[in-house]
Amino acid sequence: MADEGLTALPQVGRPKREPRDKPGPLEYMRQWPLRVIVVATLVFLYAPLITLMAFSFNDSRRNIVWQGFTTDWYVKAFNNESLLQAFINSLTIAFFCTIISVILGALAAVMLWRFRFPGKTVVEGSMALPIVVPEICLGVAMLVFFARVMPWPMGLPWPLNLGAITIAHVSFAFPFVATVVRARLSSFNRELEEAAKDLGASEWRTFWDVLVPHMQPGLIAGALLAFTLSLDDFVITFFTAGPDTITFPVKVYSMLRFSVTPEVNAASTVLIVVTVILTAIGLQMQNSQSKEKKA
Amino acid sequence: MEQTWKQAKAAFAAIAVPPIAWLFLFFLVPMAVIWAYSFGENTGPITIDLTGTFANYVRALEPLYLQIFWKSLIVAGITTLLCLIIGFPVALAIAFATPKMKSWLLLLIMLPFWTNLLIRTFALIAVLREQGYVNFALEWLWNNASGFMTLVGLQPLGEYEPLTLLYNNTAVIIGLVYVHLPFMVLPLYSALDRMDRSLMEASLDLGAGHLRTIWSVVVPLAAPGIASGILITFIPALGAYLTPDLLGGTDSQMIANVIERQFKRANDWPFGAALSFLLMYLTFIAIAAQAFIQRKSERRG
Repeated sequence: MADEGLTALPQVGRPKREPRDKPGPLEYMRQWPLRVIVVATLVFLYAPLITLMAFSFNDSRRNIVWQGFTTDWYVKAFNNESLLQAFINSLTIAFFCTIISVILGALAAVMLWRFRFPGKTVVEGSMALPIVVPEICLGVAMLVFFARVMPWPMGLPWPLNLGAITIAHVSFAFPFVATVVRARLSSFNRELEEAAKDLGASEWRTFWDVLVPHMQPGLIAGALLAFTLSLDDFVITFFTAGPDTITFPVKVYSMLRFSVTPEVNAASTVLIVVTVILTAIGLQMQNSQSKEKKA
Repeated sequence: MEQTWKQAKAAFAAIAVPPIAWLFLFFLVPMAVIWAYSFGENTGPITIDLTGTFANYVRALEPLYLQIFWKSLIVAGITTLLCLIIGFPVALAIAFATPKMKSWLLLLIMLPFWTNLLIRTFALIAVLREQGYVNFALEWLWNNASGFMTLVGLQPLGEYEPLTLLYNNTAVIIGLVYVHLPFMVLPLYSALDRMDRSLMEASLDLGAGHLRTIWSVVVPLAAPGIASGILITFIPALGAYLTPDLLGGTDSQMIANVIERQFKRANDWPFGAALSFLLMYLTFIAIAAQAFIQRKSERRG
């Protein structure tokens, strides 16, 4: 208060009210009650994650008091054979899930956008089902399916042993991709397609050279979504994973059940960083795409 | 215009067969099997006879399970309400922020959503437990308040008793709000962002206060966004498995935990299948109710 009195010199010869300093009626972001709520919400969302990351560097077995800086937990986590294997499994599953989901999702989007066919509403409705069905229901359905209907052969070499989990992930990820790509397709100018065909391009050529480039931002967004959905999934994996096909979330879950050491923090931090980097790359790709379009 | 499939049969087949086949084989068939099992009976350790019995559904209506369903609905309802109360002002602030600020805020809201659910729940444990940061902060406040009371000559407050914030129903709700808040903020934001602002200005010009404007102009205009926000928060909260499992106590079981137990430990698949289909029907009822309200409000508008 006293400081303000000293620094705020009387302003002579200037307009008394500076327009910048008074928030307009609709500038809610500049009104203090909303600022407080936004800041509090962000603290609520980020404080736990930031503490988790900070304590991965803590030189103590328990996550309670700060003892000093160390990177031992990272070394430990990287030397933990099964944790590393789980991490690699997760990334592998996410990779294959993304490729299959993007192909299936793009095909589904084009099918629903372009064609009229009998039973379209039924197909459209069933495509939306995996998005709305509770994860636990899909999880138990996959458990039963891979136990009784189509048992996944045991003892296949890596990465084929991850097939069951990958299939389960694709089943819930590709409808999301289809939704994203279809939203993108709605802005497509069909005359371009007709022009390509008039100029003698084949059906396939038109699809590949005209439609796919237009879909690209949707495909990237869909791929990003599929990758994170797969990497993030715990419940469905929990029901389809066998003893030799542990994924990262399932491994962390069992570590949480037995003993919580900062090793879990270190591994989690690595995953958070991977996700943030991937998101940043994805957003960057989308931004540069939209800039190209404008130019 | 859309093409009929007959005009380009080969192209249609090439495009339509892979996704439909995948959906059928790896989604509809597993679901159908579970549905069939819900009318079955355990006849041996691993054999299930599809006898067409309704016994599993009757058992699901026993008070014990009915109570768990009821509790899941209440917990999901409170979670949704809290998300709405916190999310609405946040979405409002983002929608009316400067463009640069807006994209940063949206990114900040979305980033935790991209982070692994298990990691976020684990992070919350460290904050909420008795030797966690919420309790440390409260203890610090308590001790300072206590010191202040002695300073002004009053009785000190005594020892700080740590609050039990973990392994109970409160923890489950905090966890669910923590996880689902982005689900609520994003649809609210997109509804508020699309809204015609001149209507708000008109309301303010005509002398209504900010709260009145928000209540009688913004909320009705953003109703479809609010409805979809409620729906996409409520559905995953209702079927939540991980949060009640890790943050809840013995009495905070939600329906998903009971289903998991039937399949993994109790080994009563038919009953678990019946419970999962009941959960699924509840989800569909919620979706239908939302669609109904939406159509009604559109007709009115």
